[in-house]
Amino acid sequence: MSQTNVVSVPRPTAVRIPLREIVPWAVFTTVLALLVLLFVTTEAGAVSLVSDGLVHEFVHDGRHLLAFPCH
Amino acid sequence: MMKTLLVRGMLAGLVAGVLAAGFAYLVGEPSVGDAIALEESHGTQAHDAASHDAASHDAASHDAPPHAESPGRAGSGDAAAHEHSESPDHAAESDAAPGHNHGDDALVGRGVQSTLGLLTGVTGYAVAVGGLFAIAFAVVQGRVTTLRPRVSVALLAAGGFAVAVLVPFLKYPANPPAVGQAGTIEDRTALYFGFLALSVVTAMVAVAVGRAAADRAGAASGGLLGVGVYVTVMAVAGALLPAVDEVPDGFPGSLLWDFRLASLGTQVVLWCALGLVFAMLAEKALGRGSRDGHAVTVRQ
Ligand SMILES: [Zn+2]
Repeated sequence: MSQTNVVSVPRPTAVRIPLREIVPWAVFTTVLALLVLLFVTTEAGAVSLVSDGLVHEFVHDGRHLLAFPCH
Repeated sequence: MMKTLLVRGMLAGLVAGVLAAGFAYLVGEPSVGDAIALEESHGTQAHDAASHDAASHDAASHDAPPHAESPGRAGSGDAAAHEHSESPDHAAESDAAPGHNHGDDALVGRGVQSTLGLLTGVTGYAVAVGGLFAIAFAVVQGRVTTLRPRVSVALLAAGGFAVAVLVPFLKYPANPPAVGQAGTIEDRTALYFGFLALSVVTAMVAVAVGRAAADRAGAASGGLLGVGVYVTVMAVAGALLPAVDEVPDGFPGSLLWDFRLASLGTQVVLWCALGLVFAMLAEKALGRGSRDGHAVTVRQ
């Protein structure tokens, strides 16, 4: 592996964000994103969290046109 | 820094979502509308045949004189439109597939589905993807690629589109309303998301393999090896997994083609816009960080 050094540079040639800074944001984003994606892509098909299908019907065309299985 | 990148990723997603929704409305909605019109005039035989025995009876009831609402009234979602959906046939249909009500017996009218609903769905998806994209960029920048941020972002967007959209689409292409049997929605969902997950995991492994090889044999060889690993695994998986072929007899081929092209085009617009906007924003974010004199970790 190549060695790393902490230095101050004038131009960003290869900024590397430490993993310990990324991980908490990654977890937060993944949970939130999966929830949104579940509603847009899967709700009321194979999985149903809100039983009346209102959310599903509202975003229905987006789901088809984004290429997710719908019905 | 991570928070800044995340906000910018989601902002890029928002812009990309609005543009993609505009494309989907102009290019995709006509075929969605045609497919729904076909579905309703043909009595949705493809769904019913699979989901319950009363197929012929159900089809006959759909062929009866059309429901009374005008399109405008169906869109208003008033109480009368709901009462109408309580006939035994419709109830049975809803049990089999909660998700396939459009038009007459829908909770949300077509006018809303094809405009505000479309915009919300596509934009929600794009913002979520934008957030995940920012995380992926933060991980690869300075580790997998040491190129300047905007070049890394462009490569990541091209790769992300191929892995998250194009490859799953080649195996399990998008289908318009009226294509697909209600009874198999769970299998089709599992297959689609399984293949999508396999694609993402394989891509991560391929990147790690390629990166390790690049340290020894150079960037070109590492890149080729990574792409080779990914393509080989996905080709084998694609050949082994079952196909989904549920296009009903008599469904127009040209309509299916138009819909699928519009669907792929929507995703192309989304990922191109996401890549371009985030490239600009990430370059600025990382540039400003270092001009402020922050210490940054660099590869030697
Ligand atoms: Zn649908």
